Amino acid sequence: MKNFFISRLLQAIPTLFVIATLTFFMTRFAPGGPFDSDKAIPEEIKIKLQSHFGLNLPLFDQYLLYMKNLLAGDLGPSFKYVGWDVSELIQLAFPVSLSLGVSALLIALLIGLPAGMLAALRKNTWWDYLPMGIAMVGICLPSFVLGPILIMVFATKLKLLPALGWYSWTDLILPSLTLGLFYAAYVARLTRAGMLETLKQDYVRTARAKGASPGRVLVKHAMRGGLLPVVTYLGPAFAGLVSGSFIIESIFFIPGLGKFFVTAAFNRDYTVVLGTVLFYATLIIILNLLVDFLQAWLDPKAREQR
Amino acid sequence: MAGSESEGAAMSTKAGASLTRDAWIRLRSNRMALVSLILLALVVAFSFIGPLFCEYQYDEQNLDEQFLGPSKQHWFGTDSLGRDLFARTSYGGRISLAVGLLATSVSLLIGVTYGMVAGYVGGKTDAFLMRMVDILYSLPFTIFVILLMVLFGRNFLLLFLAIGAVEWLTMARITRAQTLNLKRAEFIESARALGFSHARILFHHILPNLLGPIIVYATLTVPAVMLLEAALSFLGLGVQAPMASWGSLIKEGAEKMDIAPWLILFPGLFFCLSLFCLNFIGDGLRDALDPKSSKD
Amino acid sequence: MHFIRKKSFHFACGLLTFGFLASCTAPSNVEKALDEQILHFGLGAEPQHLDPHLATSVAAHNILSALLEGLVGEDPKTLKPVPGAAESWKISEDKKTYTFYLRKNAKWHNGDPVTAQDFVYSYRRILTPSLGAQYASMLHVLKNAKSYHSGEKTWKEANVGVQAIDERTLELVLENQTPYFLELLNHYSWFPVHPPTIEKFGASEKMGTPWTKPGNFVGNGPFSLREHRINSVIEVRANPHYWDANLTQLSGIRFYPIETADTEERAFRTGFLHVTQSVSSDRIEYLQNKHPEWIHFEPYLGTYYYRFNVKAPPFDDLRVRKALSLSVNRKLLVEKVLKGGQLPAYCFTPPDTGGFTASDGFGYDPDQAKKLLNAYLKDHGLTKLPPIELNYNTSEGHKKVAEALQAMWKKALGIEIQLLNMEWKVFLSTISKGDYSLARAGWIGDYVDANTFLHLWRSGDGNNLTGWSNKEYDQALTQAERALNPKDRFTHFQKCEELLASEMPILPLYFYVHVSLRHPSVQGWYPTLLDHHPYKYVYLKGEVAK
Repeated sequence: MKNFFISRLLQAIPTLFVIATLTFFMTRFAPGGPFDSDKAIPEEIKIKLQSHFGLNLPLFDQYLLYMKNLLAGDLGPSFKYVGWDVSELIQLAFPVSLSLGVSALLIALLIGLPAGMLAALRKNTWWDYLPMGIAMVGICLPSFVLGPILIMVFATKLKLLPALGWYSWTDLILPSLTLGLFYAAYVARLTRAGMLETLKQDYVRTARAKGASPGRVLVKHAMRGGLLPVVTYLGPAFAGLVSGSFIIESIFFIPGLGKFFVTAAFNRDYTVVLGTVLFYATLIIILNLLVDFLQAWLDPKAREQR
Repeated sequence: MAGSESEGAAMSTKAGASLTRDAWIRLRSNRMALVSLILLALVVAFSFIGPLFCEYQYDEQNLDEQFLGPSKQHWFGTDSLGRDLFARTSYGGRISLAVGLLATSVSLLIGVTYGMVAGYVGGKTDAFLMRMVDILYSLPFTIFVILLMVLFGRNFLLLFLAIGAVEWLTMARITRAQTLNLKRAEFIESARALGFSHARILFHHILPNLLGPIIVYATLTVPAVMLLEAALSFLGLGVQAPMASWGSLIKEGAEKMDIAPWLILFPGLFFCLSLFCLNFIGDGLRDALDPKSSKD
Repeated sequence: MHFIRKKSFHFACGLLTFGFLASCTAPSNVEKALDEQILHFGLGAEPQHLDPHLATSVAAHNILSALLEGLVGEDPKTLKPVPGAAESWKISEDKKTYTFYLRKNAKWHNGDPVTAQDFVYSYRRILTPSLGAQYASMLHVLKNAKSYHSGEKTWKEANVGVQAIDERTLELVLENQTPYFLELLNHYSWFPVHPPTIEKFGASEKMGTPWTKPGNFVGNGPFSLREHRINSVIEVRANPHYWDANLTQLSGIRFYPIETADTEERAFRTGFLHVTQSVSSDRIEYLQNKHPEWIHFEPYLGTYYYRFNVKAPPFDDLRVRKALSLSVNRKLLVEKVLKGGQLPAYCFTPPDTGGFTASDGFGYDPDQAKKLLNAYLKDHGLTKLPPIELNYNTSEGHKKVAEALQAMWKKALGIEIQLLNMEWKVFLSTISKGDYSLARAGWIGDYVDANTFLHLWRSGDGNNLTGWSNKEYDQALTQAERALNPKDRFTHFQKCEELLASEMPILPLYFYVHVSLRHPSVQGWYPTLLDHHPYKYVYLKGEVAK
């Protein structure tokens, strides 16, 4: 186990290095810079701005400087939000995306797991068709359709929930619901498939034959098997939730990291782009690690493959 | 075990005919998949043949006929510039389906080749190639697609190349796993013994047996691609005006839901229906082609 | 199994019910504001700078006008200069020297008195070359300011025309007579900064310091900075040290940088905002019918136009430029596409800008347009024009206009326009490089005088970017800048406009109208050409419908 962790961590370092380099040069080769604006700036002033941020150095020198700072943990200042550091901005925005992601995930699990299990246990009945049908609809409905619909119904017409913002805890409900329902659908389908797979296994039949009660069989054996594909899905799902949340953040006006990233890309705010990409990559690596760990714990066979 | 050897033999191309027939029988008996297939065919027909029945062009503006509801003249109604929604929805379908298909093809091409080579060659090359895949898995991909589209412009070609490049990793993994399995099968060994070149083995023996999982995965990738394109349209990074895709039409319609619901209803319906059908067909194919999968 | 299913179901139910109940009873922002007197303002974008010497955006202006005050203030209805930090001023005979007398009780937020030396310090700061201030050129009207700003001379050598005669007397000397000088002073580039704060953070000659953050920012305006959460909210609170604090009725303002018009509208309709920054053009008709008490149309000092690249074919030929301009049905555009009551533009300067209204330079004449185009085609031995690329920056509004024009030109002239939607940065870069044929543009006036519009087309102006240059135009413009008599100035302005019409380097389309949603409980808010609303006159009163 320990070797496993160490080898994965070692693997992470060159990965992050490659990602940083790739992103750095990609953003620099794109047309447009952070100081292009619609009221023309006299050349001398533009040069001043660029030199303040070190943008007038040869590209490779800038790269080396950035990498050097990176190793020291310094992500640099933002070009667009002048006076703010990238790490400050990430510190502000990430907890927002995180709470959104976690709430959405909780909703996904709270709705998806029981629905999937129910469908598997009551296979080929209405308890199966209906939830799975709804799940299928959930997968096919983009969040920027569901979101405005929910807002229109619950906020504008019924005036029960806030339409936007991130100021009090009620602001959490609609966005997490919009984001979570999509993943709930996936979780339901995966749980169902996993459970059906497991329920057919020999060892489950053996347990039954030995006289174990259906409840015990369910909890001890079937659920583990049912949870396995969900856990495998969780890693990328959570990363997707947190990094892909920009649509929700845009519709609901939430100051999360996804929105920061997209705005930074549009503004050519190089340091924010780089900082966010690296941050997400690190997050995904850690999540994948955790997921692999969970997987190994749930499925003894997987352990051997490592 | 005796079981796997006989399966291996059954999977050789000689017995392929009976396998496909079995698969087809299984698929046919899956009602949902069949219905989905028919519906999808209808949607495709609508997108490509539909415009022939419509007297309006998708970009034909008529500023006197803005925001009209469905009527005899405009079957699906009109949008903010008086353009006929039926024409735009069918045109959008062409674009969305094309993007879906093309991007998936790109990801298939890259993923299958990559996985086959990794699995077949094995050893250090395999280890290295799969390590690269692991590294790439850590990339926040949506982020990168956005970055690519923002930085390098809204080129239609770039759009599906970028999306396709996002999806190939899983295909590579699946292909590699399958190739590893097949490599050890008897019929491959006999082909080697007969002196067939590597290339011939790869393309004539291994590839046909990968078709099953490839097709299944492809069918399930297309909806994912279409959703990604819709998300990009939401950010304004999708197709350029006056071109439309279902994604861009839905986005425009979502903003006017309370004043002109038909603007989101029709493109949304077709979009969701296509995704729906593709998912069911994919499920059905997976059940039909993989004899070990759980029977519903 | 039943147990698990029931439990999670009940949990979910309970959570939702609790949520509903909790929010059912919560009053909206607008309802609470009647007691709290807090204005909830849709800002439209996150300001890049809160430093008045570095700011460039409308969003920044909206906040800075709450936090700071210049020598003069603005009348809330006419925007005419009224006493601000200065209680009175004297203008010399030759109109080149202005002497301002600062009021006794003008104070910074920490109680320090506002002195003339503070203004000298501030003007020196914005003109300091290493600061990189984009609007420093606004101060070039001061004598010798340009030589200091360009780095030619040091501050001592340059002897810039700003001097503190004593603690409360400030003397400004201009390079030339500038009739609109007092109007200029309303721009944030002329706002003062608190020298001890700037020095504390080392910001006198460079940007990027944290002096603008809450807790550090010291201003002299009616409000002080309380909170700044990026992309979320900026809050300011009434400051008791402000000299006119008795007049200010609002206790605070919360600015929300909501970027999309649709989200703003949702916020407005749920009682979250009092005022929005914009309204989506598609929803104007609906809102006008259903809620006429909310929607407001106010003339805004700006022109929406397209630029021609006059250096490259086909727009190097006047006939093609004229053909395109004459075949646009501007009336149809504003009535059917924009629907905000915008005015079609047949000249460049918006009507009644500081009293000046240009006569129409041209009209809608598709037949003449066709004739001109055919003449061009004949001369070049072509049957039709090759496709023309039209660049615009990503926005639903620009897209709609572009699509409408594309259709108009196809119908009237049979030419093919290819729409090229570019992301903002790419767009700017492309235009500034001259890498375009036809491109969308817009210009908002910085102050209420025709000069702010017409100076764009001076030869070689940084904002020209069309490649057009005309000596006669430059001359007329300079004469307008120097003339003292408004009538003379207007004559010169008219000459400029006539040249623009006859040479057509640009294609004016319409004059902006600022469309916004505003709650009836907002009082003391008047329509102004620059969309400036001095907050110290604003208060909240009235009924809020549930």
